[in-house]
Amino acid sequence: MEFSELIRTGQAQAELLRGPEMPPLRGTLCVTGHHLLLSPGPQATPDLWLLLLRSVDSIEKRVAGDAGTITLRCKDLRVLQLDIEGVEATLDIARSIEALSSLESVITSFPFFYRPKGLRLGESWHFHPPERYYKRVARETRAWRLSEANEDFSLCPSYPRAVIVPRTVDDDALARSARFRQGGRFPVLSYYHAPSGTVLLRSSQPLTGPQKRRCAEDEELLQAVLAGARPGARGFIVDTRSAQAAKQARMTGGGTEAKSAYPGWKRLHRPLERGRPLQESFVHLVEACGDLEQSMDRWLSRLDGCHWLSHVKAALSTACLAAQGMEWEGACILVHGAEGTDSTLLVTSLAQLILDPLSRTMAGFQELIEREWIQAGHPFQLRCAHSAFSHTRPKHEAPIFLLFLDCVWQLGRQFPLSLEFGEGMLLALFDHSYASPFGTFLCNSEKERCLCEVRTRTHSLWSGLNQPKEQRKLRNPLYAPNPLAIWPSVEPQSLRLWQGLFLRWTHPPEPSEVAWEKVWQIATDQEKTEGSQPTDSASEPQP
Amino acid sequence: MEHIRTTKVEQVKLLDRFSTSNKSLTGTLYLTATHLLFIDSHQKETWILHHHIALVEKLALTTSGCPLVIQCKNFRIVHFIVPRERDCHDIYNSLLQLSKQAKYEDLYAFSYNPKQNDSERLRGWQLVDLTEEYKRMGLPNSNWQLSDANRDYKICETYPRELYVPRIASKPIIVGSSKFRSKGRFPVLSYYHQNKEAAICRCSQPLSGFSARCLEDEHLLQAISKANPANRYMYVMDTRPRHRMQSWWATQKDIGRIILNAMANRAAGKGYENEDNYSNIRFQFVGIENIHVMRSSLQKLLEVSGSRGLSVSDFYSGLEGAGWLRHIKAVTDAAIFLAKAIMVENASVLVHCSDGWDRTSQVCSLGSLLLDPYYRTIRGFMVLIEKDWISFGHKYSDRCGHLDGDPKEVSPVFTQFLECVWHLTEQFPQAFEFNEAFLLQIHEHIHSCQFGNFIGNCQKEREELKLKEKTYSLWPFLLHDQKKYFNPLYSSTSQKLAVLEPNTVSFNFKFWRNMYHQFDRTLHPRQSVFNIIMNMNEQNKQLQKDVKDLESQIKQHKNKQTDGVLTKELLNSVRPESPALKTSLCLKEQTLLPVKDALRTVEGSSPADNRYSEYADEFSKAEPAVVSSEYGVARMTC
Repeated sequence: MEFSELIRTGQAQAELLRGPEMPPLRGTLCVTGHHLLLSPGPQATPDLWLLLLRSVDSIEKRVAGDAGTITLRCKDLRVLQLDIEGVEATLDIARSIEALSSLESVITSFPFFYRPKGLRLGESWHFHPPERYYKRVARETRAWRLSEANEDFSLCPSYPRAVIVPRTVDDDALARSARFRQGGRFPVLSYYHAPSGTVLLRSSQPLTGPQKRRCAEDEELLQAVLAGARPGARGFIVDTRSAQAAKQARMTGGGTEAKSAYPGWKRLHRPLERGRPLQESFVHLVEACGDLEQSMDRWLSRLDGCHWLSHVKAALSTACLAAQGMEWEGACILVHGAEGTDSTLLVTSLAQLILDPLSRTMAGFQELIEREWIQAGHPFQLRCAHSAFSHTRPKHEAPIFLLFLDCVWQLGRQFPLSLEFGEGMLLALFDHSYASPFGTFLCNSEKERCLCEVRTRTHSLWSGLNQPKEQRKLRNPLYAPNPLAIWPSVEPQSLRLWQGLFLRWTHPPEPSEVAWEKVWQIATDQEKTEGSQPTDSASEPQP
Repeated sequence: MEHIRTTKVEQVKLLDRFSTSNKSLTGTLYLTATHLLFIDSHQKETWILHHHIALVEKLALTTSGCPLVIQCKNFRIVHFIVPRERDCHDIYNSLLQLSKQAKYEDLYAFSYNPKQNDSERLRGWQLVDLTEEYKRMGLPNSNWQLSDANRDYKICETYPRELYVPRIASKPIIVGSSKFRSKGRFPVLSYYHQNKEAAICRCSQPLSGFSARCLEDEHLLQAISKANPANRYMYVMDTRPRHRMQSWWATQKDIGRIILNAMANRAAGKGYENEDNYSNIRFQFVGIENIHVMRSSLQKLLEVSGSRGLSVSDFYSGLEGAGWLRHIKAVTDAAIFLAKAIMVENASVLVHCSDGWDRTSQVCSLGSLLLDPYYRTIRGFMVLIEKDWISFGHKYSDRCGHLDGDPKEVSPVFTQFLECVWHLTEQFPQAFEFNEAFLLQIHEHIHSCQFGNFIGNCQKEREELKLKEKTYSLWPFLLHDQKKYFNPLYSSTSQKLAVLEPNTVSFNFKFWRNMYHQFDRTLHPRQSVFNIIMNMNEQNKQLQKDVKDLESQIKQHKNKQTDGVLTKELLNSVRPESPALKTSLCLKEQTLLPVKDALRTVEGSSPADNRYSEYADEFSKAEPAVVSSEYGVARMTC
């Protein structure tokens, strides 16, 4: 294994400081290919402390006298300090961690070696194939079909093998439409809203360019969408860029759908932040949250200055707009930005949570993430390569998925009984999206995952999370199925900073955890006394 | 009522406060002697008590009618449009008269009649008994005694009759000290910590312009210090910000020789090093701003949170600019200092501000709340308010503007106290027996003047008004409804929560939406966790009781009957088919379930309520000009 070349020192004596609330840990420190281990000896509890090297975001070393200190800032926003005996050992360990935590290769990453007890390889990977969602759609309408035109990923490298498209559009037309869209992301079905018979689609921007090119098949495809919905249905294209930005995109070959070419469709621009500004917003917020001494005024001004909550508000309002168009206006909605892999997915997945009660169940939410983020080609590996502490200049990093989780958290706060999963689930998803022993968030697309054989050689996060022992942490004890759409308030007074995530380590909310435990106890008491079945086994979505 | 010119106006519009598209409800406006009532077309009623009205404004006439904006002390803001200007003018004038009474006797409490007889009324007033409360603290004891010095309000008009002072402080000392203190408010006990033998005492500032030493005041401070055998020094906590102290330095040094040097040193900027020489008194300054700063801070806060189409950025910069949360933090920090002095150092603390009825009440009551779990119960919180606020002369009528008086006397000091308590309940969800609704309800009634508790500015005034004979006390009514105010997560036995040590890092202070937007339904979570847990808890209790009842029935049968009959009987009583059992269980389910369903519904969650309609206006808007020109171009190129 090439890891051994990167490990300069096997072990050293060290003391680990894990923040003000936790006692320090002393013992033997050891670097392995994937982990940092600290063994305080057999008598101690716990007898082993383990950190996945992949989760280290930045590392800082200081030496003084014959000892050194390493500060590790992790991707889950935790800050750890290691006091190590010996200057050489400190420098060697720091260099080893640096090298090992930034390995680019996917197939040598830990998920390919992780073999936990009690889980079978290949389990749960079959949970959420596109066929399954198609079956759900097909029960409601005949207007759509499952196309395997992308079987070999030739049409669109970032789409899954099978996508749902209008029945009347054949695979050849899809291929032409794909050529007219950036990255080949032609319009596909994201969600079918049965109560109003309308659909949510997503794509990337059309490649109109400065000449304002058109593509007949692309136009037909969108016509077919309207024809498949109820007669006289209108369509709205929600562009997640400003009108200005969309226009400018023409210069680089992109652009927007011209009104004349797509009769019945109307464009709305709802600019959402993405890319570097979003990453910077995240970095500034985390910086502000790390300062325990700041005055009230300073804190409020930094909270304002980082704009994170403005992004939350914008994302939620845009999703509400899309959802409202479907539920109240009976319109079909197409969402795209430029590439259609970031803010587009943010909007489509949030709109589904608002409208679709099934996506608010534990299984439904997992399915939503699998379908709308992972298989839909959100480039997790690029976006989550570094978290908020990294000193390297961000290239492709952006916390779009985190922004999604934050929005879901806001929904959960406003509708505390309507989501089957709790804050614990959202925190787990955040942690695993940045560094995980499971293979679910590896790679940038289904194509890459196929090449790396992720499905056969790593464990799925869902099988890990659906184990009975995890349920108390992940579930919402107060959940009661709610068949209605949940319309959140997006006023600034109604949005809150997600303390459970951004202040998880600086400011442990111990009393509220005890209270949460009490809520669980009351809820389970209820189930026991009522004699109903406890719901700790993961339930499948109802057929 | 002679002020009411119009009692009913039809076709009045009630505008949505935050809507930018002038969404409104049409209905009828009624004016009664005590309330303003609006009934909309869905028969939904909006009641506004005249006493709750802080401000009525008549805006310039518009095409749809004459706008009338009413701002309430409970932060409700309603915006009516009255079709005819004359009606609007009449209502406006009537409300101006009705909302500002000149005499106490015209307040609602004097006409409010909850249909109780005199003995019920009296029992209501006796519900909170401060004599009992001092007994609970373990007073009187060998160091502290009840003083009769103020029995007839001769020494201090704004103090209660019963005051606890150190046993060694004689009456001449008390009298002497009272002359040296502003408004005669000499140092007296507010709370006694039995285990630590330390006391929280309170007073007003020393009188300015007093040039000589006041030996009696000096003695009284020494006596307080000596009354605590556990510690040889005590703290004097001045709750005012230091920069406002300049004028006060000159007088403070007159307290005495001991203090003189220390103070002179400080005034000269020489620091604190000499304090060790005068080790029995330590000075602590905490910067809580005065009532005028607080009033304008809240004003700014409300301006920000009330603006339409507010962006996140404007909200947070407005929150910062208002400084309100900074003030809340300052009050909490002061209370924490107080609690720590007692818990960690066993030291007694004397708290004062200027007059000793605003900031002093805040700090003393909040400090006691941190120290003593009793004050975190529903009953204990009532006692705390009666003791530190009502009896010690917090000027409710002036601060809440009950009567038409000096607007500069109005200040949200008590609101601030409630907000500090709310922040504690957020940080310690299990430490309080009551919930947020309890705090909101109390806030509602300090302004409502429906009950006698908060009318007047001090006990003497209340006695003169004969409030106990003419009005009712709020507390029995709150206790009667206490089910609504229980915190289902409350853990009364937790040792960890005996003394609260809140963390006042800035992140912990949040905008209290449920207070300042209490009536803006659309801003709130649509499902209530509290209600659902409450309900679950009750169902659990009921089910457990059922189980017990059935078990005891089985036991009874066992005792009565022989084995053979028993099994048969037992089976009968347990089997679900048993008709008696079935009906009883069914009945219970029926009474519980509908409530549960009602709680689970997502009330008021619709896009229309949430004003996305503003975002979605474009769904019905005509195509913008840019696109149509694009249309032409596109045609030509193809």
